[in-house]
Amino acid sequence: MFWISFKRIIRSGIINFRRAGTVSLSSVLVVTVMLSVVGIIIFLQATLQTALQSIRDRVDVTVSFVTSAPEEKILLLKNDLEQLPEVREVAYKEREAVLADFRDRHQDDYTSLRALDELSQNPFGAMLTIRATDPSQYETIANFLEEENPSMKKYSGLVERINYSQNKEVIERLNGMISGAERLGLIVTLILAFISALITYNTIRLAIYISKEEIGIMKLVGAENKYIRGPFLIEGVLYGVIGAITTLIIFIPVTLWAKHNLLQFLGIDLFSYYGSNFLQIAFILLVVGVFVSVLSSFVATRKYLKI
Amino acid sequence: MIQFENVSKLYKQDDTLSLDNITLKINQGEFVSVVGHSGAGKTTLTKLIMKEESPTTGSIFVDGVDIEKLKSSDLTQYRRRIGVVFQDFRLLQNKTAYENIAFAMEAVGKSDEEIQTDVPHVLELVDLSNRMMHFPYQMSGGEKQRLAIARAIINQPEVIIADEPTGNLDPMNTQEVVNILKKINDLGTTILLTTHNKEVIHSLGKRVITFEKGRIISDENNSKKI
Repeated sequence: MFWISFKRIIRSGIINFRRAGTVSLSSVLVVTVMLSVVGIIIFLQATLQTALQSIRDRVDVTVSFVTSAPEEKILLLKNDLEQLPEVREVAYKEREAVLADFRDRHQDDYTSLRALDELSQNPFGAMLTIRATDPSQYETIANFLEEENPSMKKYSGLVERINYSQNKEVIERLNGMISGAERLGLIVTLILAFISALITYNTIRLAIYISKEEIGIMKLVGAENKYIRGPFLIEGVLYGVIGAITTLIIFIPVTLWAKHNLLQFLGIDLFSYYGSNFLQIAFILLVVGVFVSVLSSFVATRKYLKI
Repeated sequence: MIQFENVSKLYKQDDTLSLDNITLKINQGEFVSVVGHSGAGKTTLTKLIMKEESPTTGSIFVDGVDIEKLKSSDLTQYRRRIGVVFQDFRLLQNKTAYENIAFAMEAVGKSDEEIQTDVPHVLELVDLSNRMMHFPYQMSGGEKQRLAIARAIINQPEVIIADEPTGNLDPMNTQEVVNILKKINDLGTTILLTTHNKEVIHSLGKRVITFEKGRIISDENNSKKI
């Protein structure tokens, strides 16, 4: 009995969807617009994350060693740092490389270069450049590097300078900026998603309002609520699925256009991002589309089922 | 079978007393016509029986059961025992004649085989075999009303409520609809017909209840005043 009813509900939903013509088309269009907004939100989030990541990547903590620090000890410390969960990567730069970098940076600064030439030996010690998994963790890493830390006892006298205290303010401001941008992104996302869902709900409610008399007739011939509501929910599923497929197709040329025209501006290749995250995006759009449409149909029919 | 006990219905929106302390009894297998001008309370009477509306005071019993006390799930079962025919047909516009009747059968859980056998049969009874795949908007008023009757009788209800079924029909179609209702009544189904067309009623020679301003002013059986 359940399967017969289920089969009839599905068949009825599909037939109603087809016969409703313009009403179905406009509902699908509104769902498509809503899902496009959801898709744009996903792409904006990706763009924001890429921008924030590139800022994060520019932040680091450098440890400068005294010139006499033995390389094996520095590499040992590098290894210790890499064991910390807060550390993403540690780069070792030999003394000669530090000197070369200095020369490179000051190639137009004749005085500095001359002063350097007058020294008989390389005045720079080796360096470790540390990148944290998250900018908020630099303080923990800096604390680890403090001489008071028992783990650092064996490296006593080797570290000449840690630039965290100089960069602290910049890092903290950056942390605030990143979390602010993420919060703002979330708020904008929620507002846009809510507005889109509301518009979709009202469109579907209007579509069902047209059928309110039919719902009354169905009740009077003795149909159960689930049997009346079922086809409307199936129509909701169809709005969601067709809307999601349409949106996914629309995003192919849109992201391709963004790749050719907005790559410099956005800093992210949206077409490649779309390609590599296609299944996740398709899943999100499908779930959001079907959920909002079916929920709208469910709520909208409830009012007319109370006869 | 159907019993009204001191039933009143007040519509609060416009403060209209549509039914005023009505007490009546309709027996199994009866053909009862309810006549009266517009606003006399005929449609309210049918809406109360269908439980589309609830009485302000009083009780309505169907087969001894107070229908006000029916739960939502019981209400569906209750409505399946009643067939309804309306002046404005109330057909499902996006379904064909066949589908309109099939829907009423599907709603009560009839099998596909039963539907495939019974729907063409009932359409033949109301002379609509050739309109099976037509939508209501492709049919005339008389055809729509015959379709509505076919839908009302398909599940063999105990009662048929026909609310002004001839209101939108010409004399020829009116007679045709009345004849169909008479035939259904002859098979044992209780019929409650509301109309303002007294000629139709008197041609039937059955029980006639006359309403005026929400009250029963006469209840006649075979032209004999009770």
